[in-house]
Amino acid sequence: MASTIRVRASSNGDITEVQALIQHPMDSGFVKNAKGEIIPPHFIQQLTFEHDGKNVFTADWGGGVSKDPYVKFAFKGGKKGDELKISWVDNKGATDTTTAKIQ
Amino acid sequence: MKLRSAIYLASAALVLAALTLAGALPSGAADKVDPVADAKAFRKFFTDKFPKVKLEDFVNGPYSMNEDLYRQWQDKEQFPPYEFSLEMGKEMFSKPFKNGKSYADCFPNGGIAIRQNYPYFDEKEGKVITLELALNRCREANGEEPYSYVKDEMAALTAYMAFTSRGKPMDIKIPNDPRALEAYEKGKEYFYTRRGQLNFSCATCHVQSPGERIRAEILAPALGIVNAMPIYRSEWSGMGTTSRRFTTCNSQIRAVPLSPQDDEYRNVEYYLSYVSNGLPISGPGARP
Repeated sequence: MASTIRVRASSNGDITEVQALIQHPMDSGFVKNAKGEIIPPHFIQQLTFEHDGKNVFTADWGGGVSKDPYVKFAFKGGKKGDELKISWVDNKGATDTTTAKIQ
Repeated sequence: MKLRSAIYLASAALVLAALTLAGALPSGAADKVDPVADAKAFRKFFTDKFPKVKLEDFVNGPYSMNEDLYRQWQDKEQFPPYEFSLEMGKEMFSKPFKNGKSYADCFPNGGIAIRQNYPYFDEKEGKVITLELALNRCREANGEEPYSYVKDEMAALTAYMAFTSRGKPMDIKIPNDPRALEAYEKGKEYFYTRRGQLNFSCATCHVQSPGERIRAEILAPALGIVNAMPIYRSEWSGMGTTSRRFTTCNSQIRAVPLSPQDDEYRNVEYYLSYVSNGLPISGPGARP
């Protein structure tokens, strides 16, 4: 299975802009399926972006975030060729990690 | 008194004349189905209504109608929400069936870059064959279960097939067969017929009011609307096929939707695709 995380990061020398798309159902726990049964909550609780051993972005998420969420942010620093490490953990303990080079 | 009765008589005669005329007209008009003139008039209606929109931009639906939305969409296209589905479609397409054959064996050119030729009229069967229908028939012919027509796997497969055909001009042909012309005419009739509690036709929204808001959404023009299928809709938080678009449009106007790939839906798709001939395939698309 391919990674659930897509990342694109580009630096203009001063600021690095990061975009990411994550594949996840993000079930809130308040929605019923066609049979009227509640779909159990299943959502990402924490998403982190790490650069050079330091967290540059952390998101504490809950059931209110949409399915297949998209994130865009920018941080100071980061050079072309640097590595960015992205990982998430969900409420069922599942996790995924990927790395991306800054372009 | 004499004068009044004379007027009454004269107007009655007029009404009678009008009635006979009206009775005579439809049968006269029905003899003449001219798809070429239809398509030309259809395109002209939209290019006249939106002189600033480039012809090939109509396939981008609501984004071609609103500058702000257009900018947001271009940002979004760097990371299109249909990407996961597209990847899944590519994987599924190349994976062989249990009998060793694959989708590529069912389609001309191995299924690559052919989206612009669908739907087509099958002269053997005497009916319109859509891409979705052809995909499920391919599965059944190879001993596999058919997929649901509205989303998930079907959307992923059509997304991949549309992606390999991007930029190719829509190229629907009406063969020299009275049944093909009839299918086209029936599709056109469905498109312009009002139905449902809200008494809307397809044309009410997509010919009369594209670019207008319907609540928070901006209506897409009918010209090129099928070229972007399948679409990822944020409202659905997922992918949907042409079948899904037709059935949900029908339920939104509070009509009872037909079942996906019903003959009538196939005819509408045939009609809509034909009048969008020449516009590029842009699917898979993303819509709010």
